Amino acid sequence: MAGPYSEKVMDHFMNPRNMGEIEDADGIGEVGNPVCGDVMKLYLKIENDVIVDAKFKTFGCGAAIATSSITTELIKGKTIEEALKLTNEAVAEALGGLPPAKMHCSVLAEEALKAAIEDYRKKRKEK
Amino acid sequence: MSRIFFDSGSFTKMDRRVLEAMLPYLTERFGNPSSIFLKEGEIAKSAIEEAREKVAELINADPKEVIFTSSATESNNLAIKGLALARKNKGRKILFSQIEHYSVLNQADFLKSLGFQIEYVKVDKDGLIDMDDLDKKTRDGAILLSLLHASPEIGTLEPISEVSELLKERDVLLFCDAVASCGRIPVDVKEMGVDALSVSSQMLHGPVGASALYLRKGVEIVPLMQGGFQEMGIRPGTENVPAIVGFGEACRLAKEELEERRKKLEKLGKRLWDGIDSAIENIHFTGHREKRLPGHVSFWVEYVEGESLLIWLNLKGVASSTGSACASNIFARDETGLRASHVLTAIGVPPDLCHGSITFMLSKDNTEEEVEYVISVLPEIVDTLRKMSPLYEKHMREKIKGGTHGGTVQ
Repeated sequence: MAGPYSEKVMDHFMNPRNMGEIEDADGIGEVGNPVCGDVMKLYLKIENDVIVDAKFKTFGCGAAIATSSITTELIKGKTIEEALKLTNEAVAEALGGLPPAKMHCSVLAEEALKAAIEDYRKKRKEK
Repeated sequence: MSRIFFDSGSFTKMDRRVLEAMLPYLTERFGNPSSIFLKEGEIAKSAIEEAREKVAELINADPKEVIFTSSATESNNLAIKGLALARKNKGRKILFSQIEHYSVLNQADFLKSLGFQIEYVKVDKDGLIDMDDLDKKTRDGAILLSLLHASPEIGTLEPISEVSELLKERDVLLFCDAVASCGRIPVDVKEMGVDALSVSSQMLHGPVGASALYLRKGVEIVPLMQGGFQEMGIRPGTENVPAIVGFGEACRLAKEELEERRKKLEKLGKRLWDGIDSAIENIHFTGHREKRLPGHVSFWVEYVEGESLLIWLNLKGVASSTGSACASNIFARDETGLRASHVLTAIGVPPDLCHGSITFMLSKDNTEEEVEYVISVLPEIVDTLRKMSPLYEKHMREKIKGGTHGGTVQ
């Protein structure tokens, strides 16, 4: 079926990976997009600067859910430095592409990740 | 289970009997209706005239007042630009209701380039036209109002005869887009008091490619295309005979079965409304509760986005539509193509909340089993998406917190 989304997007939309919350998360990033009203919340569990677990909750369209889902997959096992190099284009590419009007969803995923890492660093300083 | 089509605001399935009526005109009965001295032309011409009578009968018009076009978009364009140009010496102000279809609203820039001004008449929270605002805006120099009979998005039926009475006093023409209502409820041009009205074949189980514009006798119009003498010169171009024949037959059937269809739609719509209302929390129905199209249920649910709802419904075999910005123009160059529905914005749904909107528009072909199926799957879908929604999580946390602090638990 040739809808507006790639098979990969549909797969992540229907079977989202790592959906949920991490109770004792080390970093939480919540970002919103005023255009769509989308809200993405990303939870990270970090040990020795390595992302050992990631979970998400998202309010939004098919692309928003799929980008959140794949982002958690892409960053798991990576160091913070590696994760920070993840761009929105890479997220979209990993999904087999996104319609132009939906590219902002991948931007949102990148921003959620950065916000979560920033939150982790802030919390560490406080400790 | 086969597909469940609850998106009759965009299309309806062609009736088998309509196809039967069309077949001869797609095969052996071919000919150009303008070839008046040829037998072939005579056959084609009489087929069109017969169809014209059937369309006229459905809307209580004289056949001479019915002009065939290719689509509702064409009818709406011909009506508004054609009537405006014919009246340009009387005034330049054209009024649109805020909730018109895109084939009306998107004429604004072009009309402005021709020297017309466009003003928008407000609607209330149920989508009914604001009579005070209309009164105010028709006092000086307005020449035409475009007001749809029923909104396909929220189902509200506009008080057309009340509006036409006021407009007559003010010498303002009334064009009414009856695409969503015709074939579902009685559409009587005389009772409504309209000067022009559009009807579409594909919305009443006829073939795509045919539509009509009713133009009241004596009302002047400027044709938008120049060519031969077809359709009294108002709409030149060789007629799409098979589609027009099918459209005529669809109108005849609609007239004959109108009461039966209306009753069925009313019953199915009521069951669907009550069923999802009792199964889903934090759901808000849109449009007027009583003054609405039968078999039309529209709503938005909190904490869930409409495109996601629509895709899940589609995956479960159900066709619906959404007013969510996210699904508005997905192939646009960039996200500026994404806009929340102008209809939901006009009735005052906050832009950040209209994302969860869904419209179910049923047709004569839908069944009780289909309604029950949708009632059973929709709550599951909403639940799945809510579990994923950080907004819902926040809501639940506040609800619990409110409870422990003695606040009201809803």
